[in-house]
Amino acid sequence: MSGSAPIRAKRVLPGFSLSLGTTLLYVALVILLPVIALFLKGAEIGPTQFWAIITAPRTLAALRVTLTAAAVATVFNALYGLLMAWVLTRYQFPGRRILDALMDIPFALPTAVAGISLTALYSANGWFGSPLQSVGIELVYTLGGVIVAMAFTSVPFVVRAIQPVLEDLDPALEQAAMTLGASPFAIFRRVVLPAILPAWLAGSTVAFARSLGEFGAVIFIAGNLPFKTEIAALLAYIRLEEYDYQGAAAIALVLLFIALVLLVLSNLVQFRAARYLEARA
Amino acid sequence: MTTLALDHAPGQSRAVPRLLIGLAVLLTAIFVLAPLVFIFWRALTEGWATYIANITDPMTLHAIWLTTLVAVIVVPVNIAFGIAAAWLIARFRFPGRRLLVTLIEIPFSISPIIAGICYLLLYGRQGLLGPWLAAHDLKIMFALPGILLVTMFVTAPFVAREVLPLMQAQGSEQEEAAVTLGARGWQIFSRVTLPNIRWALLYGAVLCTARAVGEFGGVSVVSGSIRGQTNTLPLQIELMFNDLNTTGAFAAASTLTVIALVVLVVKAALEGRR
Repeated sequence: MSGSAPIRAKRVLPGFSLSLGTTLLYVALVILLPVIALFLKGAEIGPTQFWAIITAPRTLAALRVTLTAAAVATVFNALYGLLMAWVLTRYQFPGRRILDALMDIPFALPTAVAGISLTALYSANGWFGSPLQSVGIELVYTLGGVIVAMAFTSVPFVVRAIQPVLEDLDPALEQAAMTLGASPFAIFRRVVLPAILPAWLAGSTVAFARSLGEFGAVIFIAGNLPFKTEIAALLAYIRLEEYDYQGAAAIALVLLFIALVLLVLSNLVQFRAARYLEARA
Repeated sequence: MTTLALDHAPGQSRAVPRLLIGLAVLLTAIFVLAPLVFIFWRALTEGWATYIANITDPMTLHAIWLTTLVAVIVVPVNIAFGIAAAWLIARFRFPGRRLLVTLIEIPFSISPIIAGICYLLLYGRQGLLGPWLAAHDLKIMFALPGILLVTMFVTAPFVAREVLPLMQAQGSEQEEAAVTLGARGWQIFSRVTLPNIRWALLYGAVLCTARAVGEFGGVSVVSGSIRGQTNTLPLQIELMFNDLNTTGAFAAASTLTVIALVVLVVKAALEGRR
């Protein structure tokens, strides 16, 4: 928290109790209370029943579909995101600002809108679906479709994580390496990669976490066939519609747990990177 | 930007940059631009008359009205919360300050659909407060209050996240000077703080609006999707798409897409100002 107000024995500025009261009330009622409800309802299930829900074949299949698709989407985004961040920070060309703005589309576009658009694009009579079908590739109602949807919604996390680091990285370092005779690949591996690695990993981790919880963009293109293209978030939703609140709570808790672990992991990577940079400075 | 210097550095071929730029443009065109363009193209394939008819369909109009109502209530509440939280965290030191920052960011790491499940487990019929709510004849789930609450949860960090770093970077000297000159609380806020944070506040509010009108996963859990009653615009889009009314779904989707494009324009305009 650098740059924050210095510690004062007496509070000079007014509004402490008002802002404290407003903030705590909002955080408690809107954010904490429902999350606590999930944990209390989860605790009611009991370990045996919880384990039975989680290890049921349909739950395991849904988790496998979700994790597999998220992993593939993340690998694609790690590469595509790195390329975008590199091109946007290192080269000047006409349309660069538009390309940069387009990277915010997946954030700004409502997920359901993205979902129906991707589905129609890749369906048999869509712009991409018909040429793909003629070479024997089908994405709608397959795992491939789930991957496309997850990749679409999570790519900005990688780009926006790497971009500021690359902007701060002095190109003179790369030029120095070049004058010393390093090949472009060696420059990238020895000079650029060590600097951007933490941001790259952290961004990819967040992209992965986001993919695991993605719902709106995925359900249209997935077709939601149990054991094949049914994602975990949707299975939790289906359990709710069946009034199986325990089933929904258990699956939600597993997804929440994975998301929190990933969040801690991404913070740890960034924290270590910050310490490394401080030590070097 | 030192990019040009790199571009023309002696001994470096220009083939690699050109290849990388070409690849980046191609992938983005296929991957990001095409889904965006397709929405408008598909919405207008049957002509403007059909488009207008689809938008003015009573169910769609009701969904637009409900979504507008949600935004009109949630965004001001979120602005008030965001300013209060930013003021508290940036201007005062107290135990638990960092924990509070983490708590405000919780909605970023929780999938909206899980947020919806959390709310259902709290206020639903079998929820923790369900029996009490039923006894007092209060309906939160499958009604407007549930939609508002989930939208508030999902959008909670948006304004605070934009305003807080700016207030921390600016420090409190100006406000303290105002205090020594005898300014009162609201005077300080409206004459000193607000002019300093107005662009960040505007951007946060725009992001919050876009998120509020586009929320799907969380709202679909708590709304019950009652046609003509609790269907927000994203839920109406889902309904029409599943009813094979594809043109109607894309017409409705195009309205939300315009809002998304407004976000991008505002962001670009504000980046020019910073």
